[in-house]
Amino acid sequence: MKTFQRYWIVFGLLAALIVLTGFVQSWSIALSLLTVGLISAIITLGLNMQWGYAGLFNAGVMGFSAIGALACVLISMPWVTAAMLQTLDVMLADPATNATAIEKLQKDIPRRFLAEGQMLAAWLIGAASALVAWGANRVLRDRLPGGRRLLISLVILGIGLVMFTSRFDAATSVIESTGFADNSKYMGGLGLPILLAWIVGGFLAAGAAWLIARIALGLRSDYLAIATLGISEIVISVLKNEGWLSRGVLNVTGLPSPIPTATALQEVPYEMARDASLIVNKLLFIAIIMVFLVFFLWLAHRALQSPWGRMMRAIRDNEEAANAMGKDVVKRHREVFILGSFLLGVGGAMLATNVLQFEPGGYQPLRYTFLIWVMVIVGGSGNNLGSVVGGILIWFVWIQAEPIATGLFALLSAGLLPDGSELAQTLLDRAPQMRTLIMGVMLLVVLRLMPRGILPEELQRK
Amino acid sequence: MAYATDLLHAFLWTFNFLLLPAITYGSALALGALGVTLVFGILRFANFAHGDMMAFGAMVSLIGVELLNHFGIFTYPFPAGLLVLPVAMLVTALLAISLDKTVYGYYRRIKSPPVVLVMTSIGVMFLLNGVTRLIKGADLTPFNDRRIFAFDSVDPAALIDQLGKAAVQIKTDFSTQAKTVQVTEPEYVFFSVGAFKRATGLEEGFGLDLIQVIIIVLAVAIFLGLYWFLARTRSGKSMRAFSDNEDLALLSGIDPQRVVLITWIIAGSLAAIAGTMYGMDKGYKPFTYFQMLLPIFAATIVGGIGNPQGAIVGGYLVALTEIGITANYKKVANYALPDSWEVAGNLQLLGTEYKFSVSFLILIIVLLIRPTGIFKGKVL
Repeated sequence: MKTFQRYWIVFGLLAALIVLTGFVQSWSIALSLLTVGLISAIITLGLNMQWGYAGLFNAGVMGFSAIGALACVLISMPWVTAAMLQTLDVMLADPATNATAIEKLQKDIPRRFLAEGQMLAAWLIGAASALVAWGANRVLRDRLPGGRRLLISLVILGIGLVMFTSRFDAATSVIESTGFADNSKYMGGLGLPILLAWIVGGFLAAGAAWLIARIALGLRSDYLAIATLGISEIVISVLKNEGWLSRGVLNVTGLPSPIPTATALQEVPYEMARDASLIVNKLLFIAIIMVFLVFFLWLAHRALQSPWGRMMRAIRDNEEAANAMGKDVVKRHREVFILGSFLLGVGGAMLATNVLQFEPGGYQPLRYTFLIWVMVIVGGSGNNLGSVVGGILIWFVWIQAEPIATGLFALLSAGLLPDGSELAQTLLDRAPQMRTLIMGVMLLVVLRLMPRGILPEELQRK
Repeated sequence: MAYATDLLHAFLWTFNFLLLPAITYGSALALGALGVTLVFGILRFANFAHGDMMAFGAMVSLIGVELLNHFGIFTYPFPAGLLVLPVAMLVTALLAISLDKTVYGYYRRIKSPPVVLVMTSIGVMFLLNGVTRLIKGADLTPFNDRRIFAFDSVDPAALIDQLGKAAVQIKTDFSTQAKTVQVTEPEYVFFSVGAFKRATGLEEGFGLDLIQVIIIVLAVAIFLGLYWFLARTRSGKSMRAFSDNEDLALLSGIDPQRVVLITWIIAGSLAAIAGTMYGMDKGYKPFTYFQMLLPIFAATIVGGIGNPQGAIVGGYLVALTEIGITANYKKVANYALPDSWEVAGNLQLLGTEYKFSVSFLILIIVLLIRPTGIFKGKVL
């Protein structure tokens, strides 16, 4: 009964914080806060599975989120070459268009088709050479010593790499220099609905997790942390630099939204007032995220209650004993790592959809990895609803730290420093940096005073 | 004879664009990795806050330099960063000790698993991140940034005498007619690439400045000093014993408090040195220190975690590989190969954008081939 009260109090306080923001600042801000808070809750739930259920230290959350966000581009953006064909049709129908523009498109479209064929061929060759190298290694296993087998594999891979690079470079230069407009010089996507992209984002992230699990799982916890931190940095540097894939640091803007935009809501058939349309737009988005969140929470709850969940906790609490009881520790770890990463990918895709753009340059480990860690720890590791509390609360503090710190500094400098002094101005400029300081203090205080978080893990003994 | 000159050109290019940068960058990495490896050896956790501790040390040095300059004191040709380094080491060591007293010590007493300490170090990372940015901002600030003085507060003639004509400018504000003296302290350069080429008549050359030399010499001095400390002194020996086998060390009467205290003093000082060295060379920017965390971890693990020699070798190895893999060897090949084999395209394994990824690739290879690192470190 007592724990039940705790849940009511905590969620009541969270709701009060959001409502207070609505009254003091604006409802638009309050709802934006809630949106990202709920998405963070999904990401936090994913990390909580890995850390809270199984004790896996994944410091690569940022990488999985970015992979999920990439899926939004690959699935939902239009295919650029097809869009070029459409633009060409429009131009041909309109007698006023400039002839050189038409000529350029007519020249570029076949070149692009060719380049896309080359790109496909390059990747097929790359995959084939990896497969052949692997196969040769397998076939020759009993016939040749290891050193020579490695040499043969390396030679095959080397030939594959040379064949890959020549095609890839040629294709990339064409794809990155043509398009129907300045902001379209990349491959584009499949033009499918964005909700599908969220799911695909989850699967892409899970696939990456499978690959990483093969290399890095089974290491000691801080080793795994360092390895995943590195992998996430590699993912980001690839996304930043491969312009043909997602425009690199130039960002992909104009991702489709699963809901009518605020401007669409103001027009026929809705004809809402401007303020109302902004609010309704945000509420609709929140509703969609809530559906996903509730579904994931239900699944997570069921998983945690099941024999599988109990086995996970047993492995987490005493790996050796679980191993002795015949549980396959590495395999279970791989499972939960992949499952958790699925949620990280879905959450990452939602974050990109929320701002309607994919921005690889914006990914920083402090915000996209370690902040999620604070959410897990503060919310309560091993408790699914704790993830929701952590996600919303920490996001709230992260955002509100800036205005509050600015206000405090202004008050302080007004009281203590002469008017218009340089120091006062510097202090005000630096106020946003208070948020990381506050996060650090919060994490340390929670770790010290309530190491199990706001909503501690529930251990039911039946 | 002509071919011998070509080979010399190839070597000079390699030296200027590969070896020299790798050695200076590697020195900073090795100093950082030494701190991480010592903390791991004694306290048994990967310290995620080490990068931000380096930023903190560099920040203290930067403030010291700015203070010196503020009172019109310029130390050219001697870099002021080195002069204030002892103070920065002291402050950073004090910070490390007080963090241990307030944060880490508690978890050691209640015998938490190492992963809780790692989590705590992430909290400290956030904290220091906020502190450094709050005090000195997040932007890139060179140690010898332009300083502006009121006209009558300094003696421009003496400054020109010391720093050279190009460094001192007298400006008049257009609206207020107030005169200011703007001073940019130069870096002492032994010789530049251009001067080298002119003096020798070669097509390739290298430049050398005082800061590079100081970084390399200081790093070597610290390696030797630390080696002497760990191998010869009583405290050093007790540290090694503690790292080797904690229970046995405690049984033989080694005071764990003292060992931990010394470890933090050394780790803090090393962080301040590494941070200041890197900052003097490339300018102070908090985020770069955070980014250096990955290569530092790579260096630590490559060398064998918990092993000081390994950290040093690992630091230089990671730096050399990072720069070596992303360098473009077109020029070297064209000098070294016969003329008929002229290379037209780029001879580059990976674009320079992937510099930071390389350290992770090294990490993976070491993990797969030799998980304990080059020198046998702790088995993980």
